[in-house]
Amino acid sequence: MLIKRLTDANGLPGFECEVREIIKEEIKPYVDEMYTDRMGNLIAVKNKNKAGRHIALSAHMDEVGLCVSHIDKDGYIRFHSWGVDARILPAKIVRIGKDRVVGVTGTKAIHLQDPEERTKALPVDKLYIDIGAESKEEAEKLVEPGDFVAFDSEYVEFGNKVKAKALDDRAGCLAIIEMLKSDYPHKLTACFVVQEEVGLRGSIISAYQIDADLVLNLEGTIAADTMSIKEHQTVNIQGDGPSISMIDRTSIYLKKYIDALTEVADKNGIPYQFRRSQMGGTDAANYHVAHGGTPVVGLAVPCRYIHSPVSIVDKRDLENFLKLTQKFVFAYGNGEIL
Amino acid sequence: MVTTKEFLISLCNSTGVAGFEFQQTAGLVSDAFREFCDEVWTDTLGNVIGHKKGKGKFSVLFSAHMDEIGLMVSGYEKGGFLRFTPIGGYDQRSLVAQEVYVHGKEDVYGIIGVKPPHITTAEEAKKAHKIEDMAVDTGLDDEKLKELVRIGDVITLKREVVELRNESIAGKALDDRAGIAALYQCMKDLHKTDCDIDVYYVASTQEEIGAKGALTAVYELKPDIAIALDVCHGLTPDVAEPKGKKMGGGPVISRGINIHPRVFESLVKTAKDHYIPFQKEVLPGPSGTDAMTMQIAGAGTASGVISFPLKYMHTSVEVMKMKDIMLTSKLISNYVLDLCGKDLEEMLCL
Repeated sequence: MLIKRLTDANGLPGFECEVREIIKEEIKPYVDEMYTDRMGNLIAVKNKNKAGRHIALSAHMDEVGLCVSHIDKDGYIRFHSWGVDARILPAKIVRIGKDRVVGVTGTKAIHLQDPEERTKALPVDKLYIDIGAESKEEAEKLVEPGDFVAFDSEYVEFGNKVKAKALDDRAGCLAIIEMLKSDYPHKLTACFVVQEEVGLRGSIISAYQIDADLVLNLEGTIAADTMSIKEHQTVNIQGDGPSISMIDRTSIYLKKYIDALTEVADKNGIPYQFRRSQMGGTDAANYHVAHGGTPVVGLAVPCRYIHSPVSIVDKRDLENFLKLTQKFVFAYGNGEIL
Repeated sequence: MVTTKEFLISLCNSTGVAGFEFQQTAGLVSDAFREFCDEVWTDTLGNVIGHKKGKGKFSVLFSAHMDEIGLMVSGYEKGGFLRFTPIGGYDQRSLVAQEVYVHGKEDVYGIIGVKPPHITTAEEAKKAHKIEDMAVDTGLDDEKLKELVRIGDVITLKREVVELRNESIAGKALDDRAGIAALYQCMKDLHKTDCDIDVYYVASTQEEIGAKGALTAVYELKPDIAIALDVCHGLTPDVAEPKGKKMGGGPVISRGINIHPRVFESLVKTAKDHYIPFQKEVLPGPSGTDAMTMQIAGAGTASGVISFPLKYMHTSVEVMKMKDIMLTSKLISNYVLDLCGKDLEEMLCL
């Protein structure tokens, strides 16, 4: 299954190769051309010579995780965190670098902590990875500072949900791949971008390599509809449909495009919800100010426990996310909206 | 017959929370013990006991506990969530963002979730998530969930053993299934030897909540010597000597209030006589092992503690070295052979 392959692959910021190769293989028969730019963004064009409206789709290939910073004298590995709340890190299995060297994140046993310690979060600099090496020299043969560290978390389906790492934003990558596979009659450019999680970096340059009338940015976003969270803080509720962005820390989305998106959803009976938070940022930040301004629509699938190894999406949301993407792109291409 | 390492991996991957050892672990243990013991049975509290028959005069008992720490369902919350309470001492910080199985009518998969960082304040981020605020997200409709899961069902973390460098293994419940692996290796080595001492191998229950299984086993079996095999802390960047012991440094022979002086001395002698590398540890207070209750079971027993270093105790990524398990097994099998023909009454005299 494609979503399993995409989420089981590791693609830390700057190391998106595994994900990119899967995407290239999947989309090759369906596009006219594709190339990888200097930073690693994969850009593909379908129906290259078709006149008329030109829509671009963008999703990021990278995921949150860790980066090896140092190997200490006894062979324990210290790390930086890329977009991860340090509180989720203790007692996890991780994979380091291309060879997926297995390690665990260790912590002092509860028996040796004083009661005060047990109530405090462990900061990243107190944590380390144990690969079982007995010395610095041994560890250095397998791991180098700068190597990426990914969570070991396999795709699982349960109840109405799917659990995996990196659903933010492999769900978006999936939607674009499915779009390319469908028989779309207009010109369409796909951007699979790098380094979103470390400051929206890849899309700074993808935005200037494309020249579209409209960009549809596809994301995984927050669903905080869990037990201890107040209703007004939920941002999105799983099962209520894909989430439409209105505003976040990096962009205000153009009202008439939001209205066009909801019009398509209503017409096709696809459920949707508005993203009820100003927090976070997306690649829309770079697209909407490129080339003297490009309209951007933001659509996302709500993820519980986002930025953790165990993020969850609702299968129905994922299905409706794919459906709404397709219907919207067709409606736009055919001039039915806007 | 499987290798001791394979046996240990299957034990760690199995489910057997304190009081619920019967769910999977006890069955695996009794099947394995049956290969190499003259007799195997399960007692009232669920201890699995293997007997290597001697002449019926003197006996030695080795215990390793098969229970693991876990969680218990304490309530339902709207939206397919389950509240829980710990069985045994979990570090609450190690529970966040873990996958679990709820052992209801069927095994129900779930996740212990966490509030997203985007809506977490800087102040909140400094504090550990509290266990009483956590819940398991099962992804099920409330009705379906109530059909499958009852209050009181147990929950275990979903964790399969992974192998690290230098014959180290990482997983849950190595505390103290590693001890059972040492028993298994010992019975393999001894089952064909002729010895006048009766040997009891006990996979004990409920150690994590007060060493209850070992208490009743020793009461029933009345051994002359009862030795607990359990874990101690290994050296890590945040655990130094004397609390931490060297990984791969061999069994740790303990001395302290739960330990009969002659048992300590005789174990050290066996280690030295057979050139088995070993370490020493002082346990001036309660040992936190089966020896606590075995010492005072019935009319009392000469108890001892042998431990082996384990890192990250009571998390789902406990790490230990096969070398320490094999050396521990070597120590106890040689100990039995050294006791052969001896008058234990005289040896244990204070």
